[in-house]
Amino acid sequence: MKKIECIIKPFKLDDVKNALTEMGVTGMTVSEVRGFGRQKGHTELYRGAEYQIDFIPKVKLELVVNDDLISKIVETVQKEACTGRIGDGKIFVSPVEQSVRIRTGETGEDSL
Amino acid sequence: MKKLIPFITLVALLGLPALGLADDAPITADTVQNNLNFVWTCVAAFLVFLMQAGFAMVEAGFTRAKNACNIMMKNLMDFSVGALAFWAVGFGLMFGASNGYFGHSDFFFSGATGDDAPWNYAFWMFQVVFAATAATIISGAVAERTKFSAYMVYSVFVSALIYPIFGGWAWGSLYHGSGWLEGLGFIDFAGSSVVHSIGGWLALAGAIVVGPRIGKFDKNGKVKPIPGHNIPVASLGVFLLWFGWYGFNPGSTTTGDTSIAMIAVTTTMAAAAGAVAAMLFTWMKYGKSDIGMTLNGALAGLVGITAGCANVSVPSSVIIGLVAGVLVVLSVLFFDKIRVDDPVGAVSVHGVCGAWGTLAAGIFDTAGFSMHTVGVQLIGIAACFAWAFFAGLILFKAIDIVIGMRVSEEEEMAGLDFSEHGASAYPDFHTVKLGSVFTPGQDNTAK
Repeated sequence: MKKIECIIKPFKLDDVKNALTEMGVTGMTVSEVRGFGRQKGHTELYRGAEYQIDFIPKVKLELVVNDDLISKIVETVQKEACTGRIGDGKIFVSPVEQSVRIRTGETGEDSL
Repeated sequence: MKKLIPFITLVALLGLPALGLADDAPITADTVQNNLNFVWTCVAAFLVFLMQAGFAMVEAGFTRAKNACNIMMKNLMDFSVGALAFWAVGFGLMFGASNGYFGHSDFFFSGATGDDAPWNYAFWMFQVVFAATAATIISGAVAERTKFSAYMVYSVFVSALIYPIFGGWAWGSLYHGSGWLEGLGFIDFAGSSVVHSIGGWLALAGAIVVGPRIGKFDKNGKVKPIPGHNIPVASLGVFLLWFGWYGFNPGSTTTGDTSIAMIAVTTTMAAAAGAVAAMLFTWMKYGKSDIGMTLNGALAGLVGITAGCANVSVPSSVIIGLVAGVLVVLSVLFFDKIRVDDPVGAVSVHGVCGAWGTLAAGIFDTAGFSMHTVGVQLIGIAACFAWAFFAGLILFKAIDIVIGMRVSEEEEMAGLDFSEHGASAYPDFHTVKLGSVFTPGQDNTAK
């Protein structure tokens, strides 16, 4: 059981979600986040003065899945979210100790 | 037949007034014209009233979400408090029997005397919305850091004293008064100086006394823009103002005649030219067309044509608008440079472009160019600045000493919605990070 966190460009969310549901992923959590990596921020113009936006909007996708699906999911997200330009985002994979389905009380991989 | 009954009833009801009139004097062309003058003047006054909504939206859109309630309150109150003050004192100072400098009759206007009583009401109605326009201009320049109580006090003084005195100099003879400036031949048809420059220079005095918002300028004096929270709302405000201007300029005929058509055209052309000029100018200067400046450009064109809308040709109105559109951008940058924080550009739009419009009304006068006319216009512009700016400085300084113009640093950071009104404009949204100056994402070091 592992958690996959993907930080991607907002307009890529639909492509990634569709590809993941097609391959059988049954759930995910999405949040709107702000941040920067090597892309850094960007400048905007307001009434004739430029200003720096350091943290730019991204979408964070979180999925907790069985170990056997990890490599395929990571591969799919990497393929779908890629534009080839700076700022495409990152994927993090980390172990998850426990999970519980609140409705039934099932635990572990049964609850996913 | 059943279906026809309501129709017949309606026709019969429509006929009723005619029955009543049968006993009165016959309707003549003069009465029709007179009624038309009333209707047009009142409708124009109502259009100018709608400009209050325009000012409120422009100001709210160009400022942060945490001050939106305060801005609505200010715009509601400068009209309400201002209308009472103008009724009690201002109208008399502006239009009462006058020595050329201020009027001294018609206080606490009742209007109901003599044969002219109904017209007095129409005239007063048209004037009160103009007074309120001058007063509300200041609001935008001092937004986001001014104490609400101080705001209401100066609104009273502006509507009761500062606006009417200058207004009387230029327009007093429209009623019982007479002004020294109009005696010289000063041209200001709908108020580039009387309304807009007065408001703009008062706004400048206010912005100087109250000081810049926390975070607007860094240690080196560099501008750090504080983006407005709702540009579509600001744009709606500009459209409302533009629409209201069709009452402001063509309505200033206070006569339902054919001249309103040409005035509507000059008004439209100047606004369009102002918007296009500001858009192209920012596009060339920054590589992108700037929405905030373009909105200001449309207003700059409108303010610019206000003085001369009835005495310049249509091609001249285009030139007036184009110049105003560029002038307003340069002026906004200039006031940023000298560290006067004017969140909506009120000083540039109304003060600077009002002065330009007053000058342009002399330069492009269809009666022919004369140095004398231009000279009188310059005297008017100078008198307007001297009166509004210095009276404003004294007024704002006095308020600052007595009750304080500005909220505390903590209150400003929390937002005036909470600190002045205990309210929130958007309670369902997480819009305010208490203690922050800029929107999340921007560099948030305040000083």
